[in-house]
Amino acid sequence: MYEGIVQELIDEFGRLPGIGPKSAQRIAFHILQTETFDVSRLAELLTELREKVHFCEICGNVAEQQTCSICRDPRRTPTLICVVEEAKDVVAIERTREFRGLYHVLGGAISPIDGIGPDELRIRQLLQRLADGTVQEVIIATDPNLEGEATATYLSRLLQTLEIRVTRLASGLPVGGDLEYADEVTLGRAFEGRTIVSN
Amino acid sequence: MIVSHLNLGDYRNYAAADVAMKPGANLFVGRNGQGKTNLVESLGYLSTLGSHRVSSDQALIRAGADSAVIRARLRHDDRELLAEVQINRSSPNRAQVNRSQIKPRELPRYFSSVLFAPEDLGIVRGDPSARRRFIDQLVVLRSPRMAGVLADYDRVLRQRNTLLKSARSTGLKESQLTTLEIWDDKLVTLGSEIVVVRAKLVEALGPPVAAAYSAVVGDDHRPTLSPVLSIAGIDAEEPDTGVRGEQTARPDDVVPTTVAEAAASFRSALASKRRSELDRGLTLVGPHRDDIAFGLNALPVKGYASHGESWSFALALKLGAAELLRAESSLGDPVLILDDVFAELDQGRRSRLAAAIAGFEQVLITAAVLEDVPATLTAHTVHIRGGQVVDE
Ligand SMILES: Nc1ncnc2c1ncn2[C@@H]1O[C@H](COP(=O)(O)OP(=O)(O)OP(=O)(O)O)[C@@H](O)[C@H]1O
Ligand SMILES: [Mg+2]
Ligand SMILES: [Zn+2]
Repeated sequence: MYEGIVQELIDEFGRLPGIGPKSAQRIAFHILQTETFDVSRLAELLTELREKVHFCEICGNVAEQQTCSICRDPRRTPTLICVVEEAKDVVAIERTREFRGLYHVLGGAISPIDGIGPDELRIRQLLQRLADGTVQEVIIATDPNLEGEATATYLSRLLQTLEIRVTRLASGLPVGGDLEYADEVTLGRAFEGRTIVSN
Repeated sequence: MIVSHLNLGDYRNYAAADVAMKPGANLFVGRNGQGKTNLVESLGYLSTLGSHRVSSDQALIRAGADSAVIRARLRHDDRELLAEVQINRSSPNRAQVNRSQIKPRELPRYFSSVLFAPEDLGIVRGDPSARRRFIDQLVVLRSPRMAGVLADYDRVLRQRNTLLKSARSTGLKESQLTTLEIWDDKLVTLGSEIVVVRAKLVEALGPPVAAAYSAVVGDDHRPTLSPVLSIAGIDAEEPDTGVRGEQTARPDDVVPTTVAEAAASFRSALASKRRSELDRGLTLVGPHRDDIAFGLNALPVKGYASHGESWSFALALKLGAAELLRAESSLGDPVLILDDVFAELDQGRRSRLAAAIAGFEQVLITAAVLEDVPATLTAHTVHIRGGQVVDE
């Protein structure tokens, strides 16, 4: 235990996701000992983050106005919605420059352990967006893990009744690696999910 | 495959040790508590990333040290390989093969061993979970992909149990019911695959286990292995629905041979348990509640067999597993490790066991008393004293 402020700061860092007590201590001492570290800039950013950054009223992505820059962009195809778990997934897909439609951020995936059911996700808002018939295809891009799959299944069952095409991103082997070195689990799954190339 | 050299650093009671090993039998002798088991345990760890004695790695690191190193030079055909794992007290473990970094969980691709130790009596006499652990470890060795299926199944189970519990306290909401169906689907898909893969393994294990048993015992006591499946209505975890872990499978028990068959039984079993699952907030059907029934002379081993018979059965399970891996592996024979086995056997069984294991490329044996081990196995004897290899 350290005295006063130092310990309080360590405790505060330790509450952040992915930071254990050791890292928290390291960060606190880094700030304390590095004179060139711009503390006021960090403090400013944190305050601005709270004041200025919100979640887009339409899609749930991070936004500095009521809606995000993607929802406001008239060049985006309004007939296509890609459903993701988190705002960081939007960034990942944007980097590919392949997708020109709109997004919908659920805010997580169905996971009873974490207390998240369908009612805790932005699913009602998604249904509202689909109501006027503009959207023709919903691409489900939840994570390729159990919770992501469960969420995808839930959504596809829910959307079945609407006259909208529902698709799911393919998952498989990472590109750029040697088949030989892919781990057994990934490779085994890729075998399970193999597709027909020619009949 | 064989281990030609083992090097330990800060492992258990070894500060530093260097041991040369030969093809065929290698015998490690020393008084109680000197480090014989520790030495062979390290090789078991290198091939399975786990110890047969403790579930946490902490106990493997020498008291007062921060990390332990197990390094083995392996030989298969003419290929030499240096495999190494570093077990760290407060950071993730690291592994290397030929001095280049690999993920620790990839180590089993390079080295396989089968270890039999006194603790393995628990497979025969212990709870169903001990038998499931035994069979699942072998399942993963034969099909590494199954590690993912087993891990996913456990996770689905936790998710589903949590959902059932919260439904119990708040009543089942419409949306919860839909998600329960989704977890049911996952449970059935993953669980059915586990049930079928285990059943196939149990079937494949039958002949080599029977052969090993009669080779060691010298008599045919008709050893049998059969799956006890909760999806077929027998609950090994529930004392009031059957005799806990003591059933021999009835002849009319149907063991599904395809995933589709298993899935169908699984679904109807789930449906019939729905009420009690909701009452108890617990998943009551699935491979997590299965068992394997062992039999000798048409009687269950658990609760009926003598100490010697139980012991021989446990040994036969491990020898049978080694035989199975040997027939399938591209790495050659697994290294067979027998910890403290000979002291438990009578003279006849000792020499029969020696003959039964003679075909393995390499066998590592520990004994407190040199005279307990048949002379045919003592050609390469290493003495262990106080965490040191004293002479060879
Ligand atoms: N992490 C550790 N650090 C230091 N010593 C340890 C550690 N773990 C175990 N030991 C010591 O190792 C010794 C046990 O060694 P081991 O189990 O290999 O004995 P053994 O030679 O197989 O004896 P036996 O014949 O009784 O089976 C004990 O004295 C124990 O205290
Ligand atoms: Mg011992
Ligand atoms: Zn938006």
